[in-house]
Amino acid sequence: MYKVYYNKKISSNSYEMKVKAPLVVKNCLPGQFVIVMAKEDSERIPLTIYDYDSEKGTLKLIYQVIGASTEELTTVTDEIFSVTGPLGNANEICANYKDFKGKRICYVAGGVGIAPVYPQVKFLNEHGFKVDVIYGSRNVDLLLIRKETEKVVNKISYATDDGSFGTKGFVTDILKKRIKDYDIVVAIGPVIMMKNICELTKKHNIPTIVSMNPLMVDGSGMCGACRCEVDGKPKFACIHGPEFDGHKVDFDLAMKRMSIYKEEEAIKWEEMKKRLAKEVA
Amino acid sequence: MEDKKVIGRLQAAEKRVTNFEEVEFGYNDKEALKEANRCLQCINPRCMQGCPVSIHIPEFIKAIREGDLKKAYEVISISSSLPAVCGRVCPQEKQCEAMCIKGLKGDAIAIGSLERYVADQAIVNEFNSVKPAKKNGKKVAIVGSGPAGLTCAGDLAKAGYEVTIYEVLQKAGGVLVYGIPEFRLPKAIVGKEVESLKKLGVEILTDVPVGNAITIKDLQKEYDAVFVGTGAGLPKFMGIEGEDANGVFSANEILTRINLMGAFKKDSKTPVKVGKKAYVIGGGNVAMDAVRCLKRLGVDAHIMYRRSMDELPARKMEVEHAKDEGIKFDLLKNPVKIITDENNNVTGMEIVNMVLGEPGEDGRRSVIEEEGSNHIVKCDMVVMALGTSPNHEALKHSDIELSDRGLIVVEGTKTSLKNVYAGGDAVTGAATVILAMEAGKKAAKEIMEKLS
Repeated sequence: MYKVYYNKKISSNSYEMKVKAPLVVKNCLPGQFVIVMAKEDSERIPLTIYDYDSEKGTLKLIYQVIGASTEELTTVTDEIFSVTGPLGNANEICANYKDFKGKRICYVAGGVGIAPVYPQVKFLNEHGFKVDVIYGSRNVDLLLIRKETEKVVNKISYATDDGSFGTKGFVTDILKKRIKDYDIVVAIGPVIMMKNICELTKKHNIPTIVSMNPLMVDGSGMCGACRCEVDGKPKFACIHGPEFDGHKVDFDLAMKRMSIYKEEEAIKWEEMKKRLAKEVA
Repeated sequence: MEDKKVIGRLQAAEKRVTNFEEVEFGYNDKEALKEANRCLQCINPRCMQGCPVSIHIPEFIKAIREGDLKKAYEVISISSSLPAVCGRVCPQEKQCEAMCIKGLKGDAIAIGSLERYVADQAIVNEFNSVKPAKKNGKKVAIVGSGPAGLTCAGDLAKAGYEVTIYEVLQKAGGVLVYGIPEFRLPKAIVGKEVESLKKLGVEILTDVPVGNAITIKDLQKEYDAVFVGTGAGLPKFMGIEGEDANGVFSANEILTRINLMGAFKKDSKTPVKVGKKAYVIGGGNVAMDAVRCLKRLGVDAHIMYRRSMDELPARKMEVEHAKDEGIKFDLLKNPVKIITDENNNVTGMEIVNMVLGEPGEDGRRSVIEEEGSNHIVKCDMVVMALGTSPNHEALKHSDIELSDRGLIVVEGTKTSLKNVYAGGDAVTGAATVILAMEAGKKAAKEIMEKLS
């Protein structure tokens, strides 16, 4: 059991949770993730570590309600059953930041993808980098942690599909205009966004890192549910990733693999809604 | 008169394929006594030579005869920390029972069934075999809570060491909880064995990915010794076309969802996706576990193995149980390609027939493809149970010496790192529960010798 400080709604379908887990954050680096379980019988859910304080032993998570298990997670109040981490590898730039001095870096985030982008940008800012961020979502309500992010970037540009905030259109439209300004791009968000960004950067030969978020069970290399195809070879997002060279990832396959549990997920979500309604009553 | 053993009662095959309850009921008092009375009580017991942890078999059987189950349990506990587990999953037919003198002219004594009987009675009657020892002030860290780690922890704790186990999953037990299914090894039994370790003062820290959260180097500084029992958890795939299809899974994934996450229960929060017709590729115990799980979930479940029945590496009893349950065995066949529809869903496999050749150096018969035998089988699910290799996540940043095969190099159980020991599948490659226990035991002994 881990202490939960708060678990609050920050947009129409997103929540932020602060947890005490000293061993998780002791040696944590940006880009790594955790797996949480709301209760003893809950599903294991991989979530990005959005912010952490290694001295205080606390971390913050941001999650979107997209199914049964994230729905259940919203009901967590004082304690959460399991927080396992840090899992996966650190972001390459943050882990080797000295090698990237002088590089012009652009982060592109889509929707809840800002959660993994934020700690990297914050880390780089603390280590003397001036990093630009392009952040997009469907509408203004789904743009998260704007204030926090603005504090640690050089420049941030927003795009919304409906034009309710920033540029009307996609993050790719913004990046396209400024593509010559950057040496490296890091893109984290929906698979289709990462695919489009990579198609653009590939044309301009700009190295691009993406963070994959496939189905996952144990998160420690044991099950292979999270395998992605990178450079024609199967890689496990949990232990070989989650970040990969975006120009080598088979995004179409990744999108198809995301749908494996679609039917089961829908059923479980309905079951969970009923279960939670009962518990409230 | 033929000398037959007392056959353990089983749940009927047609019934057990509809549930995940244990296949074997285990001896009752009368059956156990009858079987114990068959033992010759050899002065030079061969059975003990067959036991990797050298349980004093004649002595515990004698105690059963005398009706002293507490003593029987104490005798077993001197040598084994997990008797309820071993009684169920050890390949006794290749170990103790294979050596039993009775086996020469009739049935060997059913040592495994008797061990299980004693262990189960100990759980029911809450026998405490060993009291927590006086602490000696020495600390040992154990990485991984599978059979090697649990055994090592048990022996050290009994001798007064302060033991902390680090486990990445939310529950202790390793392969005993994520791999071996409920119907072969009820999780409540594993839970009891883990509880008894805690009673000995062993601390278990779950949710900790050693290698990331804390490194072996950190542990070396904090503890007097470290034991690495991280197993062989990395699933192998074949590397054939279509393996990334929706509907192709590793046996580890299916088993983890079902066993660790409880997906066999209707109200489980973790789902498991199964097809209508599945092929499990492989012939080991993991393949048998996976295929029998699928059968219980209503799948038309097949084994596909590239050698023949005689070469199946799985325990004979598991194969027999699988056959009784209606598992189909497609032997001397191997997939070369997985066929999918436009949405990447599995619709079948292209397979080839295989031909057995002469035995190779390792004694196993070689196998080659029969040219021109390619044909298609239909299915919507393929499960790869091709074996596993060691997972090196826990060893990150440690510079521990590994062999070409990626196994931890040891002398005895000592690794290349100072005060770091290792054993089990991480050292041998995928093997059995009891061999991992033997290694855990050996490491505990070497650690005690070093630290005393």
